[in-house]
Amino acid sequence: MRDVAVIGVGMTKWGELWEKSLRDIFVESALEAVNDAGVDKIEAMYVGCMTSGLFVGQEHLGSLLSDYLGMGPIPALRVETACASGGAAFRSAIFDVACGAHDVVLAGGVEKMTDVGGDGATFALSTAADSEYEVYNGVTFPGLYALMAVAHMDKYGTTREQLAAVSVKNHANGSKNPHAQYPFEVDVDRVLNSVMIADPLTILDCSPITDGAAAAIVCPLDKVKDYTKNQPVKVLATAHATDTIALHSRKDIAWLSAVEKAGADAYKQAGLEPKDIDLVEVHDCFTIAEICVIEALGFFERGKGGPSAESGETAIGGRIPVNASGGLKSKGHPVGATGVAQIVEVTKQLRGEADKRQVENAKIGMTQNMGGTGGSSVVHIFGVE
Amino acid sequence: MSTSARYWREIPQRYRYEGGRCKGCGEVSFPPRVVCKSCGSREFETVEIAKQGKLLTHTVIRVGPSQFSDQTPYAVGVAELDDGVRLTAMIADCDFEELKVGMPVKLEFRKIRDEGEAGIICYGYKFVPVR
Amino acid sequence: MAGIIGYGAYVPRNRIKVEEIAKVWGADAPSYKKGLMLREKSVPSPDQDVITMSVEASRNALARCGIDPSKIGAVYIGSESHPYAVKPSGTVVAEAIGATPDCHCVDFEFACKAGSEAMFVTMGLVDAGAIEYGLAIGADTSQGAPGDALEYSAAAGAAAYIVGKADGVAKVLYTHSFMTDTPDFWRREHMHYPRHAGRFTGEPAYFKHVTGCAKALLEKSGMEPEDFAYAVFHQPNGKFPMRVGKQLGFTKEQIEPGWLSPTLGNTYSGSSPMGLTATLDIAAPGDKIFMVSYGSGAGSDGFVFEVTDELPKMRERAPFTRTQLDEHKNYIDYGTYTKFRKKIRKGE
Repeated sequence: MRDVAVIGVGMTKWGELWEKSLRDIFVESALEAVNDAGVDKIEAMYVGCMTSGLFVGQEHLGSLLSDYLGMGPIPALRVETACASGGAAFRSAIFDVACGAHDVVLAGGVEKMTDVGGDGATFALSTAADSEYEVYNGVTFPGLYALMAVAHMDKYGTTREQLAAVSVKNHANGSKNPHAQYPFEVDVDRVLNSVMIADPLTILDCSPITDGAAAAIVCPLDKVKDYTKNQPVKVLATAHATDTIALHSRKDIAWLSAVEKAGADAYKQAGLEPKDIDLVEVHDCFTIAEICVIEALGFFERGKGGPSAESGETAIGGRIPVNASGGLKSKGHPVGATGVAQIVEVTKQLRGEADKRQVENAKIGMTQNMGGTGGSSVVHIFGVE
Repeated sequence: MSTSARYWREIPQRYRYEGGRCKGCGEVSFPPRVVCKSCGSREFETVEIAKQGKLLTHTVIRVGPSQFSDQTPYAVGVAELDDGVRLTAMIADCDFEELKVGMPVKLEFRKIRDEGEAGIICYGYKFVPVR
Repeated sequence: MAGIIGYGAYVPRNRIKVEEIAKVWGADAPSYKKGLMLREKSVPSPDQDVITMSVEASRNALARCGIDPSKIGAVYIGSESHPYAVKPSGTVVAEAIGATPDCHCVDFEFACKAGSEAMFVTMGLVDAGAIEYGLAIGADTSQGAPGDALEYSAAAGAAAYIVGKADGVAKVLYTHSFMTDTPDFWRREHMHYPRHAGRFTGEPAYFKHVTGCAKALLEKSGMEPEDFAYAVFHQPNGKFPMRVGKQLGFTKEQIEPGWLSPTLGNTYSGSSPMGLTATLDIAAPGDKIFMVSYGSGAGSDGFVFEVTDELPKMRERAPFTRTQLDEHKNYIDYGTYTKFRKKIRKGE
């Protein structure tokens, strides 16, 4: 299998984009990636999108978007694994190039969430959980992560302040991100006192509803210079693992074993360990998720993720910068696009293009994307010379 | 959203708490499965799951879907029943202050939701505290 | 004759006090409390209805007697507040307890005596040998119109009886039914709340039919009030059952164990059936129990029971009615009450 590199990335501003349709934002981000990569054609396309059907009444997304991108009769596919659809689309693109099928492949991610009302969005998102045995019984997405938080707090003594510190850090990072939906800072008090959604998670513990798109273009490593002068960002590892769909079926409600497995596979593929990673973009759909993910990825011991943000270890200048982009919390979470945006961030960081968010000397970056309450996780590791 | 068929299919689980006990390793699946997730066996017998257990975790939903607006805020939890089966349900008839990990609960038959004023009424199980 | 093989009751946890309702409507709470002998009533949560309460009451009955539910040949629920206008409550309960599919099912209605009707009919079917066991339930979540007198008493609860051809815990010695066409209380289709004819609901309605049935039953059985340990009458409020009992020659002490209405309210089709469960919770072997229900429209079903040795052996297996009535109550205010009872007009 050939080595693969990322040669171009693109992303729209994220937020409530009333004037832009799903195809508008996809095309905008894809063209930015095309320009960045310096390519004049795309040979295949994979689009991560959780549920364009429920949000905008549109399936058959591959064909719709390749049509509007104007790249000809290329193979185009929508990839879905709930909130990890973007990472999974990227993984599909990697395989396409690695096996030699195509040389220039686009991995996009898009979600248009504001065309339905609050109830419609809640329903669409709930389809990532077990519809008959979790959602039917009244639990919401924040509710599921709250159940995870209470279990973590009960077992390890994690506090609400420690959860809030994750939100504070990610907002601080996001305030430096021109694409972020909520580029403002918050403090712990504001997080703790904002409206409670599902005890103990307040609205500032939760990622928002967002419209957004992101795109990345990959090609074989040895052909990068045929297309671009950009520093190639090499894919060192791609991994994907699943876990039970229902939170109640997990052996340990406060542990994300799909993340652990995907992380372990990725480290093994790349021949690396957690200490080798210079920055990581993780799936902080809720503050507790970041804490559980960084434990599962081996950056913190099991149960010890609570103090991570509080202590400064996961700040941009810390031991392991987590979510320099602002994370889902501040950047936004257009579900299918998130995984690709994480890759956009790491690409920029490794190229030294992250401006005020730049992690010094970033050579190896990791992305971790997750579906539902951890029923799926996709992990990638990237590196530059 | 529930259609009649989708709701009716789950009646043995929602009304009678029918699970499947694996003939290979004895683990009880709820809902029943075709393949045992512990030992891979494909042979099961129908059993009624235990009706009492303890809460593993809990929360109070304060912003909920509109079909539950008359009950919001409401508690939900994951409980492990005395036979090892774990499941998620609302916790009814409880004071939020009494919720804690380890709280004993039992299953009770309750109305879950209805399809508006004219649609079918959907029933199921909730936890109630054991007092 | 048939016998009661098992019995169970269910009382929801919420309560609202007479004062709480009175203050909203500017009514004089003490006079309601004194006049109706009512202090508070039960209120179902939004997730409770006749079906859910019937399932739990039936489960209590099954826990007490331990019979195989697949042998139940009929499931009858009497109520004024069946959740569906068309689709029986009984089919859900039958599925939930495992009595399906070889089982007869019908929903009964006859105002507040629909529960005792279910009992009356199952006893007949068992006597005829048509079924081995029958499940008869009286349950209601009835509504009273806001500000109306009925709002102070309309409550929620369920009682379930498993009837079979054996003495069980209480033999059924005699039954009688007494009925005329009397428009004292009714509800037309599509109307939310029932209506009533004020003071006409007293003498020509409740008292005439309860007394008519009681006298016929006493004559049929050749018994006198003093032959009975306990008496249970339909309880639309606290006052009526005491007054009719006195008129017939029963004492307060005979009526008190089954007299739930002062703190339960009027559970309509559940009313006298629940009173009977509370009586069975304390009755001793050999005790004779007299029960007369009442349903507006109007009619009464009467029963004479004799408690057997089996009763004390099995009644601890499920919660007593008074325990459910008196313990772990959750008091709510009138706003919560109207939300729970869907009396608030919401947006489309």
